[in-house]
Formats: sequence, structure tokens, C-alpha cells
Amino acid sequence: MTTMTDPPGQGFRLSQLIYDTRYRSLTIQVVAMIVLMLLFSWLVSNTIHNLQTLGKDFDFGFLTQPSGYDINQRLIEYDSQSTHGRAAIVGILNTLLVAVLGCALATVLGVIAGVLRLSNNWLVSRLMAVYVEGFRNVPLLLWIVLIFALMTESTPAPRAFRGDTPDASMLFDAVAITNRGVYVPAIHFASPFFTNGALNWLVVLVVLGASIFAIQRLRHWATAKQEATGDRPTTWYLILGILILPTGLLMLLMGAFLDMPSLQGFNFGGGIHLRNSLIALWLALSLYTGAFIAEIVRGGILAVNKGQTEAAYALGIRPSTTMNLVILPQALRVIIPPLISQFLNLTKNSSLAIAVGYMDVRSTLGGITINQTGRELEGMLLLGLFYLVLSLLISGVMNVYNASVKLKER
Amino acid sequence: MSDTHAQTVAFVRDTMVEEQEPPLSQSGAYKWIHENMFSTPLNVILTVVSLFVIWTVLSHLLPWAVMGIWDADSLAQCREIRDEIYGADASVACWAVISERWNQLLFGFYPPELYWRPVLAFVLFLAAIAPVLFASVPRKALWFSAAAPFVLYWLLWGGSLWGPIAVAAGFALGAVVMRFAAPALGALAAVLLAIFVPLLYWFTLSGPLAGALNAVIPLELVNVRSNDMGGFMLAMIIGVSGIALSLPLGIVLALGRQSDLFIINKCSVIFIEVIRGVPLIVWLFTASLLLNYFLPPGTNFDLMLRVIIMVTLFSSAYIAEVVRGGLAALPKGQYEAADALGLDYWKSMRLIILPQALKISIPGIVNTFIGLFKDTTLVVFIGLLDPIGLSNAIRASTDWNGIYWELFVFIGLCFFIFCFSMGRYSLFLEKKLRREHR
Repeated sequence: MTTMTDPPGQGFRLSQLIYDTRYRSLTIQVVAMIVLMLLFSWLVSNTIHNLQTLGKDFDFGFLTQPSGYDINQRLIEYDSQSTHGRAAIVGILNTLLVAVLGCALATVLGVIAGVLRLSNNWLVSRLMAVYVEGFRNVPLLLWIVLIFALMTESTPAPRAFRGDTPDASMLFDAVAITNRGVYVPAIHFASPFFTNGALNWLVVLVVLGASIFAIQRLRHWATAKQEATGDRPTTWYLILGILILPTGLLMLLMGAFLDMPSLQGFNFGGGIHLRNSLIALWLALSLYTGAFIAEIVRGGILAVNKGQTEAAYALGIRPSTTMNLVILPQALRVIIPPLISQFLNLTKNSSLAIAVGYMDVRSTLGGITINQTGRELEGMLLLGLFYLVLSLLISGVMNVYNASVKLKER
Repeated sequence: MSDTHAQTVAFVRDTMVEEQEPPLSQSGAYKWIHENMFSTPLNVILTVVSLFVIWTVLSHLLPWAVMGIWDADSLAQCREIRDEIYGADASVACWAVISERWNQLLFGFYPPELYWRPVLAFVLFLAAIAPVLFASVPRKALWFSAAAPFVLYWLLWGGSLWGPIAVAAGFALGAVVMRFAAPALGALAAVLLAIFVPLLYWFTLSGPLAGALNAVIPLELVNVRSNDMGGFMLAMIIGVSGIALSLPLGIVLALGRQSDLFIINKCSVIFIEVIRGVPLIVWLFTASLLLNYFLPPGTNFDLMLRVIIMVTLFSSAYIAEVVRGGLAALPKGQYEAADALGLDYWKSMRLIILPQALKISIPGIVNTFIGLFKDTTLVVFIGLLDPIGLSNAIRASTDWNGIYWELFVFIGLCFFIFCFSMGRYSLFLEKKLRREHR
């Protein structure tokens, strides 16, 4: 006898947009969207108006014009007749150079300091605590200018190396640390395959890469054999041979020789000249980031449950194997993501190069180029895009890694 | 039985042996040193190396610092005094640069006769921050903390007291509107009204009101321009305002990133990623070079204000990520429990979710604050005189040309004290808020 009736049809009322939870989220979003659009159009119209008043346009043509300034630290050919675009690329390469060098040294320092901080040697662990706290709590900029001042003020001038009883001497007769920079031996080729130096190095790198690939295959083969028969063939001398022989032979073939730095006139010549700006930036970034990495490594090792080690020992696994197969894989899962974000921080912090005059991308594209062409808007936009793309790429890599080591829960 | 047994054994002890001291190698300093420094060959090597490092550093640093000269007018005079006392070869610090330029390092080029104002402001700041940091301070003192920003602004920049009061009145107006409109109009409308009415007031009424009040009762301090501020005062102003402003903004961004609302979510994500992807120094240059392009022609506002805005936006993006971690770490049951109690979104966030999520993210938040405070040194590149900028300025003067280490040590120590105590406070807070595993 019950009759099904529809709820009283009142139709749609405007107040439902605010008070009905079905529509409210839509209302909020539309309002937010409109406000954002208004804000953006306001900013854009302001910019257009301001550009018109100044008589400027929005144009990236300046990248193809000759730059007219020199860059003292460069990895590729560049002179003052080159374009602004090429100057930007030189800067990008310099940024990447100091970032890669810094990440490598920071990792080494950080891992050593992190492990030593857990050492049961009281003195060493305290010393490492002082290092970590000291570097973490003082601005990076101060460390950069301090190390730069140390490099320029406390090292001998080139003329101190002169004479029969010089005041200063070179390390191992190969490395000269002077107040104009550090000179290290360079490898040159007497009979190169190509006139372009970079191509020769590319060949060497390709051969080295092929060797490493061959070593990987060899280890795969050894593992397969171990799984099939229980015996692991001895491979270390093969690995060493594959690693050294082909590359060494190639270098001999090209007539590689060491070009030692030596005093020529008032300054050192020969070898590779590492400027103080690069050294100071590199050391400061590495020491500073190393302190953060040390904490990450320490946390990662502490995060592995002690029961894991004990369980491995109870199974009769040796300590070194336990470390490799039980502790490290679990600790790395905790360590790697923050480690990569520290690498990212180091790369971004390399923009502090401005403090010591190292020509990174901010100094070329975001500094001198902007000053010379007056294209602040375009220059800063490109600069920001470069850093943004770089950090998005690195965090993309991190996401892939995270997904690959994620605990597969069933 | 016992008799026979007694005769088979030569000696049976019938009293307890007295307790003896443990052997020397198992007690006291010897044992501690042996266990903690010389237990294995590797440990011996490590200990020797560390002792060598410590000796090298201290043997150079301690005499240099302790024998330092505190009373001189210039580096040349410092060297004369050194030659007189220690001989020309001695390496001693010239702390005189600190004692002579002390005021400059602290206040920049703030007018000397007005130094009492930043000092008083610092004392008031400490008083205002105490109830926020420590729960044992009476809660009533929080009212003073709320009023402090306006008082501090007035003390530092000077001008008429009525300006800050008129601005503060806007916030009070918003609170009043919220209080009385909420029962009548409902929550959402009340919030919108509470935002709109103060904005209207600030744009129209507050200026003339402050002017009128100042004409009746003039309460004025001498105006000081932002350009004159520098040194640690500048670092404190930028750091503290950045910290105070970026926390709420960061929390809102984190909520936005966790939100189900598509557009709000995407906007938060883009904002956070873009800000985090670009170095602070590029943002600072953007603030100093480009802001004039984005704003209506003729607008030109204070460089320090621009820096504070940029620093705030920058660190709020980092805080948003930290808080998001805290939100994600909460068990889902907490969200569901809040829904089951019938709390609306804001209430559930305010009463259930955020207190727990923020507790989890305290270490990360404080680390971000420490980073922000250290990053205040970057303003030197856009022409503000932070401590490092001042050290360059001091070195550029003829008196102190060529002085490096003393200034760096002093600046580094000051930053270390601030940042280290922030870190310790975060440990204290974590311990205090820990609820499990007591």
C-alpha cells in the first residue's frame, strides 16, 4: 500500500551552489579559477604595458648575437665573438661541472663522516659531530667566501716557487697550489686521431664504457655459473685486465703523455689550471652538503632494525655478506631519496658562484648577458627554466628509483 | 659424613671473601679510555689521527684567538701592537675590528643615537616569542605576542604609531565580523565577509584614519629607511618575518596539495614545484629586477619588503612539502574517525589532523627555518647589507683593508649560536610532545 513518491521537486536553487556539498566544491574551484585568471591577466597586461612604455619587446633574438665578453673558465671553445647563446651553454656546462664534482666529493665525505659518527671510538664520533654541526649551522655563503679567502690569501704566490731555495714547493713535483689557482698535470696526446681534443676523449670514454659493459657481462656469467654449480669462478684478474688493457692500449696508441705544470715567466704554464673560484666553490659545496649527507647516512644505518643483523648471523651468514645483502639494501632504501634531494640542493646552491666570480649559468646568462642586452625578462625566464627542468629531471629519476625499490606488500 | 669429607679436602673456606675493587684495567678512566679509544687496532689508528687533527687545529687556532688584540683603530695599528708584544712573526687575531665595528655589524647604518630602538625591539621580541615557544609562560601573554609585530614595526622603522594601530584594527575588524556574522550567515559567507570587510577598510579608511588620529595625538618616532638597516638586525628582521609568515602559508599549501579539488590541487603542486625547482638567488634577482614589470607602472616598494615576500614564498614551498609528509604519515583511520564524528573539513583539520601532522613534521619545519635564516645572507647580492655584505664593506675601508678571518669567525659564530639553538629547541619540543613509548 505504500506509494513511492519522489522527494518534493524543488528544482535547482542558486543557494545550493554554496550550501549543498554536491555543488560546493565545484563553486569553490570555479571561483578560484576566475580569481587566478584575473590575477594572471592583470600581471600579463601590466608586463605588456610596462614593456611598451620602456620601448622593449619580448624576443629571444639576443641569443644569436655576439656576446662581446670573455669567460675565463670554460669547457668548450668560446671567445668574445661567440653568441650569447653559446655563453649560456658555457655557463650551463660550468654549473654542471661544479655540481658533478661537488656531488661526488660530498658523497664521499658524507658517507665517511656518517659512518665515523656511529663509530664506537668516542673521539672520532665527537669530531664528526663537530664537523656536522659546524657546517650545518653556518651559512653556505660564509663557507664559500671563507675558503676563497683561504685560497687567495694563505697560499704562496707563483714567485715563491722560484729560485734555488724556494719558499714553496710543488706537491709530488706535479701539483702547484698558488694564490692564482691550483695547477695539476694534464694528459695530452702526441699522435691524436682527431684534431679536436674532445673527440679523442670521447673515443677513450667509449672504450672505457665498453669495458665496463663487458665486466658486467662477465659477472653475470660468473653468477649464473655459481647458481648452476655452486662454485664461483675467480674473475678479479679478468675484470682488472678488461678494465685497464683496452683503454691503456688506446691511450698508448694515441701517444698519451703527462703535461706537468712548470714555472714559465711570472706564472705557471702547462697542465690544467683550476681557478680558485672553482676550487673554493667546489670545496665549500662539498663540505657543506657532506655534513647533511652524513646525517642522512647515519639515519639510514640506524633505521635498519638490529634484529635484521641478528637474524642474518643466526642463519650463519658472514658479517661482510650480511652488510652487502641484508643491511645495505635496506639502509639504501632510506638513504637514497634524501641523498638525491641533497644533490639537487647542491646543484641549486652552485648559483652562489656569484660570490667568488665563478662563471656559472647565473653569471653568464643571468648576469653579464642581462646587463649587456637589457633583456631581464627573457634572461631570467630562461635561467629559471634551466634550473626547473634540471630539478624536475632529477626528481623524475628519483621517482623511478623509489618505485623500483618500493616494498612489494602482498 | 661431614667429618670424613672434611678430612679429604685440605681446606674449606667458611667465610665469604671480602669484596674487592675491580682490577685496574676493568674500571675507571683506564677502562673507559681503553674501550672508547683503543679497543681495536683500527680504533687506535683513528684515535691517533683524530688527536693529530685536533692538535693541528687547536695549536694554530687557540694561540691566534687567545692572544688576539682587542684595542686598536686599524689593522696597521694592530700589527704595530703585535710587533711590540709578540714579535713580527707571531700570528695573532686582530679582534679590534669587532670591538670597533661592533655597532655596525649589529645595526648596519642605523642612526647611532637611535640604537635603543632595535635593542628595545629585540627585548620585546624575546618577550613576545617566549609564550609561543614555552607552554609554562602564562597564556595571557599571547595577547602581547599578537600585538608585538605592530609595535616592533613601529620601533624599527619609526613614523607614526597610528599607522600600525590602524592596520591592526583591520584584523580586529575581521575577527569581529567573523564573530557576529557566523551565526547569522553561516560559516562560508562569514569567512568571505571577514576577508572582504578588512580589505575594504585597509584600502579606503585606514590611511585617512591614521592621519586624522596622528593630527589629534601625534605619537611619532624619527623615521628610519630600510636602506640604513643592516648587519644582524637585517638578518633577524628578514629571518623572523619569513619564519612567522611562511608557516601558515606552507600549511595552507600543503592542505591544497592534499585536497580533492582538482584546480586547487594542481595550482598548489605547480606553485610548490616551480618555487622549489629554482634557487633562491634567482628568485631574489627576480624580486629586484623583474617585479617592476609585473606591477602597475609607478609602483615602487621597499627592497626589503620584496625580499621578505620572496623569502616567505620560497620557504613556504619547502614547509608545504614537509607538512605534506606529516599529513601523509598519519594513519587513514584518523581522517575517517574525524569524518565519523561529523566534523566538517576545517574542524577536522584543526582539531584532529593538523595537530598530529605538525607534531610529526617538527624536525623538518625547524630545519627549513634554519635554512631560511642562513639564506638571509644571500640578500647581499641584491645590495642589502647583511653581515657578510658588511664584512666586505668593512674590508673596503682603508683602516681595515685585508682583514678576513676575524670577521668570518665572528659572523660564523653568531649564526652558529642562532641556528644551533633552534635545532636544540626542536629536539626539546619533540621530546615534550612525544606521547608514546614513555
